[in-house]
Amino acid sequence: MSPAQTIEQYLPSHPFFAGLDDEAIALVTGCAVNAHFRPGQHLFREGEPADTFFVVRSGRVAIQMRLPTQAAVLDTAREGDVVGWSWLVPPYRWTFDAVATEETSVVSIDGACLRGKCETDPALGYALLQRVVQVMSTRLHSARVRLLDLYGSRP
Amino acid sequence: MRPEREDLGGARAHQTRLLDVDGLQALIDALLGRGFTVIGPTVKAGAIVNAAIGGVADLPRGWGDDQDAGRYRLRRRDDEMLFGFASGAQSAKPVFFPTHEVLWRGERAGPGFSVERTEQAEQDGPYALIGVRSCDLSAVGIQDTVLLCRRYDDHAYAARRAEAFVVAVTCSDPGGTCFCVSMGTGPHPEPDRGAPYDLALTELLDAGGHRFVVEVASERGAELMDQIGAGAAAAEEMDAAAGVAEDAAGRMGRSLDTFELKELLYASAESPIWDAVAQRCLACTNCTAVCPTCFCTSVEDVTDLTGDVASRNRVWDSCYNADFSYIHGGTVRASTKSRYRQWMTHKLGSWIDQFGMSGCVGCGRCITWCPAAIDITEEAAALRAEGAGSASGGARQP
Amino acid sequence: MTAPTTMLPRPFRVTRTSRDTQDTRTLDLEAVDGAPLTFAAGQFTMLHAFGVGEVPISISGDPGRPETLRHTIRNVGSVSRALAGASAGTVLGVRGPFGTGWQVRDGHGGDVVFVAGGIGLAPLRPAILEVCRARGDYGRVALLYGARTPEDILFGDDLRSWGADHDIDVEVTVDSGPHAWRGNVGLVTQLIDRAAFDAARTLALICGPEVMMRHSAVALGDRGVPRSRIRLSMERNMKCGVGLCGHCQLREYFLCLDGPVLAYDVLEPLMAQAEL
Repeated sequence: MSPAQTIEQYLPSHPFFAGLDDEAIALVTGCAVNAHFRPGQHLFREGEPADTFFVVRSGRVAIQMRLPTQAAVLDTAREGDVVGWSWLVPPYRWTFDAVATEETSVVSIDGACLRGKCETDPALGYALLQRVVQVMSTRLHSARVRLLDLYGSRP
Repeated sequence: MRPEREDLGGARAHQTRLLDVDGLQALIDALLGRGFTVIGPTVKAGAIVNAAIGGVADLPRGWGDDQDAGRYRLRRRDDEMLFGFASGAQSAKPVFFPTHEVLWRGERAGPGFSVERTEQAEQDGPYALIGVRSCDLSAVGIQDTVLLCRRYDDHAYAARRAEAFVVAVTCSDPGGTCFCVSMGTGPHPEPDRGAPYDLALTELLDAGGHRFVVEVASERGAELMDQIGAGAAAAEEMDAAAGVAEDAAGRMGRSLDTFELKELLYASAESPIWDAVAQRCLACTNCTAVCPTCFCTSVEDVTDLTGDVASRNRVWDSCYNADFSYIHGGTVRASTKSRYRQWMTHKLGSWIDQFGMSGCVGCGRCITWCPAAIDITEEAAALRAEGAGSASGGARQP
Repeated sequence: MTAPTTMLPRPFRVTRTSRDTQDTRTLDLEAVDGAPLTFAAGQFTMLHAFGVGEVPISISGDPGRPETLRHTIRNVGSVSRALAGASAGTVLGVRGPFGTGWQVRDGHGGDVVFVAGGIGLAPLRPAILEVCRARGDYGRVALLYGARTPEDILFGDDLRSWGADHDIDVEVTVDSGPHAWRGNVGLVTQLIDRAAFDAARTLALICGPEVMMRHSAVALGDRGVPRSRIRLSMERNMKCGVGLCGHCQLREYFLCLDGPVLAYDVLEPLMAQAEL
């Protein structure tokens, strides 16, 4: 199923990129390509270099940790979610596995390229970091509350 | 320690004898007379199976076999060859390494218990094996390394191996799944490879009659030949025997390129070929059951109803079994794919790092007896064709 | 070469039991025939509950006092339940010791970092005791220990004594805790980032759940500890303990013969592989 919009049409209207000026949008769009993953395919693996991040256009991605006897799913990302911030955090290595659990279409954005641009354009860097920090904050809050194991033994 | 090979010295020609069919019977009688349980190929339920035999009449006279991936049929030959088939359903493995072995029996005694080792292995033997194929001989040699030559020995196996008398046989009719030539294990028994043997027969049936050229490889073998009055083989007979082996070597059903195969397997852990095989593999464990080198076992603790008498038994296990790799919390190799990969990588790859040789002898049984007709030589060729790199699963875009 | 008795369990009497946590007990055993079982820190025995079964359990006692054989057992199945529930006077079967040990002596003249996760502290305890016995042979010694909750912390008395009397930097953290807990909350890898040690001269010994060991090894590697100087105690299914049953293979390694302690330079590619 091919996406109805081009990347140039899709990204600017995405909430993650709202508020970025035209130049920044053009930069990001220039670093982006469409990609598709079949169920079971990895977007990235723990330990590999993190030079990309993804905007999920359709489908579902499982963020998982490989245990000796299973892969534990710790988070899922759906249409509209942004996946991956390790491209901005040294040592720029993935800390989890990401696997498509359905037919999944994404916009894949070259984080290494953007990283370079952010070094020379602090305003762009700040704008991107602001947005990534929001994603991280949401995920961290979610992880901490789930750590309470509220549905388990605690009252 | 592994059973030792003898150095007979002297010209090999003096050690080569000739027997006719009556002579073969005399050999079997002599072994029975010495107290051996004689095990040889017999026809049973549509297959060649090893069983205790009393003489030549029990052997598969006039029987041949048709083997291919997932296919085994006996067929009637148009002659009376006794060993005119490729391989039986089982190798020599179950003789020395039975499916069930009692390790110890114990009894509760107050707050404690007492245990004693059972002597089952010593009670069953000694065994004389008739008609061991060269590939199976290599397999016994490999199991000797695995079970007797490392930090800890398998004592039950050692006891069964200790007195065993081995009469090997050259293959005259290799089968559709044979690849001993690729693995360097046949079709002719050689004294410097595989387990030691006492006699090696090459069956001849032509205008000269029905006879066996017997290569003597041990003192016991020479003694037995003297005891039954076996004469020396003439030069033509020995040439004819060599011709049988040469001819068989040219008629292998399969082949396997073993060049850097271990490295290829190690590098191919992520190959989609494993996913493809997993679609077909039933994890039925047939291949590990018929493989002459597979040695994995499990233990069973069995008690009576009172719980006061217990025994610990060693039983065959298979890496294809679902709980083979179980650790608390789950199974490490849960998918059929991972289990097939484990078996093949081990057999053709990690075995070499562990024991110094390949675990495969090219007998072809895993191919013949696989209900899904999976062929280890085909899978190895597919991996090689795919290249040494592993294919990662992602559709990563630049 | 093996004695025929390697497959026979030796009777050992339970002389003392103690409750470590809600699901963990420590048993002290003495050989019925009196002969002490000498072992190297990091080795395990196959512990047998008569009529129930046998499992591999790491030795958690003092290698310098082999007349008492100590095991810390977590109840995770029918056999470990029977073992953990054994009362004083019960006779259990012991085979072993088996496997490669930590060989903490390789850390002589340098720093040693112990990283323990959950019950992983138990197999490390003999190595820590070995260091305490010869403390002057080592530089800075740290124990970084992560437990699930404060109630799951093992060997509280030892932790205090190691810190107070043996000049070991003991840092404990929990995944989560009640408000009364005044200690660290977080991952044990966060303790690695903060610990003081000279990476180039450090020997690191890690024991715990495989994911925790993997991440700890990466964190230590990032600090500059050579991969060959990072050791992990790996776990797989074991039936015989002597390299004959085939169950404990991790690709070409038999964990009961070549392990369970293996170096991270060897393990890194194997641990990156799922379902190996």
